[in-house]
Amino acid sequence: MFFILKLLSRNALRQKLRMSLTMVGLVVAICAFGLLRTVVDAWYAGVDATSSVRLVTRNAISLVFPLPLNYAQRMRQVDGVTGVSWGNWFGGIYVSERNFFPQFAVSGASYLDMYPEYVIAPAELKAFVADRQGAVAGRKLADRFGWKVGDQIPIRGTIYPGTWTFTLRAIYDGIDAKTDENQFLFQWDYLNETTKKRYGRKGDSVGFYIERLQNPDDAADVSHQVDGYFKNSLAETLTETEKAFQLGFISMTELILVAVQAVSFVVIVIIMAVMANTIAMTARERTSEYATLKALGFGPGFIGWLIVGESLLIALAGGLLGIALTFPIASAFASLIGSLFPVFRISHETVWMQLAAAAIIGLVAAAWPAFSAGRIRIVEGLRHVA
Amino acid sequence: MTATTEATHDRAVIDSAVPLVAIRALQKIYVRGEQAVPVLLGIDIDIARGDFVSLMGPSGSGKSTLLNLIAGIDKPSGGSIVVDGVDIAHLGDADLAAWRAAHVGFIFQFYNLMPVLNAAENVELPLLLTGLSRRDRQEHVEVALAMVGLSDRADHYPNELSGGQQQRVAIARALITDPTLIVADEPTGDLDRTTGGEILDLMDQLNSELGKTNVMVTHDPRAAARARRMVHLEKGVLVSDADYQAALEAELHAAHAH
Repeated sequence: MFFILKLLSRNALRQKLRMSLTMVGLVVAICAFGLLRTVVDAWYAGVDATSSVRLVTRNAISLVFPLPLNYAQRMRQVDGVTGVSWGNWFGGIYVSERNFFPQFAVSGASYLDMYPEYVIAPAELKAFVADRQGAVAGRKLADRFGWKVGDQIPIRGTIYPGTWTFTLRAIYDGIDAKTDENQFLFQWDYLNETTKKRYGRKGDSVGFYIERLQNPDDAADVSHQVDGYFKNSLAETLTETEKAFQLGFISMTELILVAVQAVSFVVIVIIMAVMANTIAMTARERTSEYATLKALGFGPGFIGWLIVGESLLIALAGGLLGIALTFPIASAFASLIGSLFPVFRISHETVWMQLAAAAIIGLVAAAWPAFSAGRIRIVEGLRHVA
Repeated sequence: MTATTEATHDRAVIDSAVPLVAIRALQKIYVRGEQAVPVLLGIDIDIARGDFVSLMGPSGSGKSTLLNLIAGIDKPSGGSIVVDGVDIAHLGDADLAAWRAAHVGFIFQFYNLMPVLNAAENVELPLLLTGLSRRDRQEHVEVALAMVGLSDRADHYPNELSGGQQQRVAIARALITDPTLIVADEPTGDLDRTTGGEILDLMDQLNSELGKTNVMVTHDPRAAARARRMVHLEKGVLVSDADYQAALEAELHAAHAH
């Protein structure tokens, strides 16, 4: 076995330039594959982070149309609902338009109570609840801008014009890596009172409601009941699970996702073709060596495995290097794109897929050359000049 | 290593009663598209155990084809080749490969060493097909390299060795499994006269001291003269088969008598 491994590794290093170029191709392909898979995963991160005990209710016409605040009272009366909260998309600009991050005006403690995945120190939570201008930011967001608890954060409103100044009262940590730590939440009352003052007609309106269920199995019944209450009203509702709500956003960009996934596989197919060409060329050059081995008594299987083994060795080495490189590149990519993707992390599944892709490249690239080399006629092979 | 332990320092004894290789009505026809090219046309020949036979003839005479068939690296179109009681013409590919591994040692014109393996590793290669342990294999390799005078070159790669040294490594590789038969295709064809002479000395040694049966294809009459027996082919037909050594000895005997 040791002898064979020695033979494989020395053969792999025989044409150094060719091997290096193939390896570079593999590293780039595996790295690109991993990054593209991570982009797709990041797109679905919101869906993965959803809870089955939360429902989202919005205006049936469109999310951009508000719902009256008094709907909350009716929703609380629905059997199976244990809590109701609400929020509004704020859509402000912090310093520059490049600093995008999601901002929501939320119904204070009742909203945070709905999201046990946001872990906040009790003292900070208390300070947030007590301060009408208080805000909570995710850890990644705070780190991104160097915010500390107590900092004043001015945000220029686009939907709600004017400069809004908040005091950062708490920073939350995600309960796991899937939790979005890029959100900025502040008191809905502050938004409501200020807008009432500035533009009276916009007061007491809510962008969306969140309802907490006692039993996730009741989701369909509760949704039906909630929407039934407001049927034929001026603002009919559409209630769905949090997951369905998130998927609704993703479905708008599904074509892009399909394209990204297709590109990730095309990259693998391209490098597979390049690798197959390299291995075929290598095997062709070694025809007389394989013929010699066969003359000495080695079977076609041995010859085949020599080629497959060498191909696998190169592919896995390139694959592992590619995987190793994916992490720093993904990290750099994540900083570059800011909070466009709330969660941008390379999953274990992606790493396994990268490794599997490398192994498949190695196997597929060597399949035909190995089969052909095993069938070499010794007499003709011995006459072959590389 | 059995090759060395069985060594005798006397001239090898030829047992002609039961030939090691018995070839009957051997035919080889190559088919190129719709055209059939006959290369060997019904060869009959016996090779005794311990013999040293040279196959000669002009290009296209079929001598290399005959050697390939005897070595089991090609299959005949007709006839039989019985080597040590086994009709190799009718063996399947896997059986034939196993037979070659156990019974045939190859010496090629261009040495055919693995460039990524050093001399010792090249010699060790055929032993991978045996059940020997790594340690036993290495012991065999040391003995074989010592026999060809290359103990001090064990770690050298083919590109660090001269042509003659490479051919010595190839001879050590051919010997390592203690084969019944050693086949050599133009073993001196790529070497200068002096080095070629040294290689022929070594082949002679294999025959005379180790009792190996050598079959060698050559164009060179001087190389052919080192064999006991010279078989001449032309256009796929055996045209002469002379016991060269016997003739030489008879000549010497006659000269003595006078």
